[in-house]
Amino acid sequence: MTAVDDRPTTEIGTARRRKEDRRLVTGRTRWTDNIQLPGMLHLAMVRSPFAHAKINGIETAEAKGAPNVIAVMTGHDIADIQGVNITAWPITPDQKSPDHLPMPLERVAHAGEIVAVVVARTAAAARDAAELVDVDYEELPAVLDLKAATTDEVLAHPDLGTNKSAFWQLDSKAGGTGGDIEEAIARAREGGIVIEREYRQQRLIPAFMEPRSTVVDPTGEQVVMWTATQAPHVLRFCIAATTGLPESKIRVIAPDVGGGFGGKLQSTPEEFITLAVARKLGKPCKYTETRSETMVSAHHGRDQWQKLTLTAEKDGTVTGLKVELLADLGAYAALVGGGVPVLGAWMFNAIYKFPAYQFNTTNYYTNKTWVDAYRGAGRPEATYAIERLMDELAAEVGVDPLEIREKNWIKHDEFPFTTVAGMTYDSGNYEAATARAKELFGYDELRAEQKRRRESGDPVQLGIGVSTFTEMCGLAPSRVLGSLNYGAGGWESASIRMLATGTVEVVTGASAHGQGHETAWSQIVADRLGVPFDSVEVLHGDTQIAPKGMDTYGSRSLVVGGEALVRAADKVIEKAKPIAAHLLEASVDDLEFSAGQFTVKGTDKGIGIGDVALATFAAHNYPEGVEPSIDADATFDPVNFSFPHGTHLCAMEVDTETGATRMRKYVCVDDIGNIINPLIVEGQVHGGLVQGIAQALWEGAEYDDQGTLVSGSFVDYTLPTTADTISFVTDHTTSPATSNSLGTKGVGEAGTIASTPAVVNAIVDAVRQFGVDDILMPCTPERVWKAIRSGGGTQDAATTPAQQAHFDEGTPNQDPAAGTTDGVVQ
Amino acid sequence: MTRITVTVDGASYTDEVEPRMLLVHYLREVVGKVGTVVGCDTSNCGACTVHLDGRSVKSCNVLAVQADGREVTTIEGLATNGELHPMQAAFHENHALQCGYCTPGMIMQAVDLLNENPNPTEDEIRQGMEGNLCRCTGYHNIVKAVAAAAGASERSDA
Ligand code: FES
Ligand code: FES
Repeated sequence: MTAVDDRPTTEIGTARRRKEDRRLVTGRTRWTDNIQLPGMLHLAMVRSPFAHAKINGIETAEAKGAPNVIAVMTGHDIADIQGVNITAWPITPDQKSPDHLPMPLERVAHAGEIVAVVVARTAAAARDAAELVDVDYEELPAVLDLKAATTDEVLAHPDLGTNKSAFWQLDSKAGGTGGDIEEAIARAREGGIVIEREYRQQRLIPAFMEPRSTVVDPTGEQVVMWTATQAPHVLRFCIAATTGLPESKIRVIAPDVGGGFGGKLQSTPEEFITLAVARKLGKPCKYTETRSETMVSAHHGRDQWQKLTLTAEKDGTVTGLKVELLADLGAYAALVGGGVPVLGAWMFNAIYKFPAYQFNTTNYYTNKTWVDAYRGAGRPEATYAIERLMDELAAEVGVDPLEIREKNWIKHDEFPFTTVAGMTYDSGNYEAATARAKELFGYDELRAEQKRRRESGDPVQLGIGVSTFTEMCGLAPSRVLGSLNYGAGGWESASIRMLATGTVEVVTGASAHGQGHETAWSQIVADRLGVPFDSVEVLHGDTQIAPKGMDTYGSRSLVVGGEALVRAADKVIEKAKPIAAHLLEASVDDLEFSAGQFTVKGTDKGIGIGDVALATFAAHNYPEGVEPSIDADATFDPVNFSFPHGTHLCAMEVDTETGATRMRKYVCVDDIGNIINPLIVEGQVHGGLVQGIAQALWEGAEYDDQGTLVSGSFVDYTLPTTADTISFVTDHTTSPATSNSLGTKGVGEAGTIASTPAVVNAIVDAVRQFGVDDILMPCTPERVWKAIRSGGGTQDAATTPAQQAHFDEGTPNQDPAAGTTDGVVQ
Repeated sequence: MTRITVTVDGASYTDEVEPRMLLVHYLREVVGKVGTVVGCDTSNCGACTVHLDGRSVKSCNVLAVQADGREVTTIEGLATNGELHPMQAAFHENHALQCGYCTPGMIMQAVDLLNENPNPTEDEIRQGMEGNLCRCTGYHNIVKAVAAAAGASERSDA
């Protein structure tokens, strides 16, 4: 510390406690389901129990006659105004996309699809009557397994003639960003290392805590929709584009929204149906789903098979990477849908200097819940694959996993670095983050303990998992999106209104649902305009208040929306300047602005920006040729993505007798550039970590062979609890981003992207000594136990009887069901 | 319909309710205590946690008629005279909430936990809060907040 610190204290970088907390900790909240309107009616959905079926008829008379029921409607009743649930990202011009009606008229393509809606005076009456709707289904063959879908033997949508949606490729040779992958593989087969693996990204459920809810008020001139969404602006566009309602007649409000993680960026059948029913009946309507409905009907995430070929020299220098994905879109192309696997295309090469690279994804439809963005969207899949592969390479070469990474990663003095996938990473320092993480982790001591346990044959073995991740976020430069056939831009908008009484209204097009924008945005504006933190009010999540926006997902709000804020603030200062000069009777050129004050150079004359705002409001005295307003708007279109990175280290104990695993320690050092609010950042990291760890250890959406989601409630879809998790050690290194003036990078998804491979690497590291090189996620005790027993992981062929001597016929204590029969741990 | 009289956050309410009505629906829909929320339909998430005669219950797991003649405290009744309850303050201070949806239930459960065990270890906090799910925070700061509140009450006792 220097003796005299004469820097002005800044809001940016301060661990401000959040403005939004007060109402949330006292229950003074405005969740959509809290809204009550005069004469409001309640909706209950009738959902298909079948994965694939023809609707031969729907008998609604009995339900209509039930007490307090106002109406029962099927797809036919709202066909003229129900609209369509569109996809914004057909990844190729010839992508096959089945029509997705909110309420289909003829055929359902997944269990949980809505076939009728009951409208009643209370939610309970609606639900009771929904039981009375009698649907005549004719079951059709369903395709449920992704690999089975590729054969086209059973079609998810018979009219499409195939289950294949689209194929998309990125090739470094064709794109001029690197060499020929086939050549690299051929060379490696001659005298190098070839690592071939197939990894599974299981299907996940975002499982935000607030079930989705929508209220539509069709009375008055504009239709108002309150809804639990991350994307009110996108939703308004989708409604206007497909229902015939002019965009100017729709106001979408996202009030307090209880989490999203991508799961609430969809434009949903439920929203469209509630809108259509409210318009038909001319009455306010509310629909709030049950948790079981959320699980089966809100979009799922991940669900890929990843076929991977990594090549290297004998010394471990990587030479090529080929990625072939099969992606399950579920029954329909969701809003981002087919684009999610594509978002991984630039990230499989990660922080490593691959000379040759090829990414391929083929997307398929199945008769399961649709799939779209879930925290990380495309990048967790990529990071998992590459970070698992780097561990495999380290094992092959026989060196420490950190050593193999260091050998291949981009050095800190090589930035900006254009990768083999064609992305230009602006900044980073992998050495620094890794050094700090090792120190906090006690890497060498834990390695020593691992060795001791191995040598003593301790039943509890220790594994250390590494993940030196990077990701691209801050979606996105609009031109890039355009070149990828995405249906919208990636800009963000902000407005600043300088109120007469000294407070400042900040309007943002980002739509927070737990991220703390009200706090962080206040900090940015307070610094930029030199006004008190508490004088700044942040308004968002209402298309009437914040008319322009691209909403919140893809770790974009700060890096894109924050920059829009900075630019709007700078415009405010520019507009205030001539008025201040006029009031001070000075020349504009002689004015300086700092800490909220305009001062005349070399004098003690000055005026605060709040006083300029008041004088402008009164407008009694302002210069000729300027407008009496210092409010300003800005729209920022980023020129590049931002590239957070970090080193995550995880220690897992594996009980080799039971397969149970226990997390011992987790350290992460992330580089997310400059930090606006360290408290909020830490929270984002913690939450992200647990979601990624949950993929590794606990979560998976499972269907039975009838197409029923068997993990369809919180009883079966096992979210982690306090008792399952530990406290984390987090720290940061700082390489400011060069793509925005605050130097920030996104943080919302980083923890999730990094942690999954760190955990699985740790488990595999603990049991590699038994011949295991992979375990399917989630790594349940049963799978770990079986892997140890079969000694094969998922990658090798059948295990030899010698490895499984204790399972031989006639040996005591055997359980015929135990162990694997085909070398694959299921 | 059954007639019940329930004290909620200090005020007395008398209503006719269906015998099947859950306490959480009574609180939200009849009394208007919408600070208490519903997160699941299997009594797993704890978002609906309130105090019934001073002990925490999942209010989706209690019938409204079972609360007849009893006293319910919700998140809305925890602060006194505009002063946050120490647990509310600890959640704010330690950034133990993000979206805030789990928060009412978390806080009510945490208050009950400390009533039972004023000085819990981290492990005891983790076991005691196990019935409340949060999807945002990763629990780290929730555990920290509960520990901090325990420490604070210890100090104020001293
Ligand atoms: S709503 Fe009561 S436990 Fe989930
Ligand atoms: S803060 Fe969002 S669920 Fe806990």
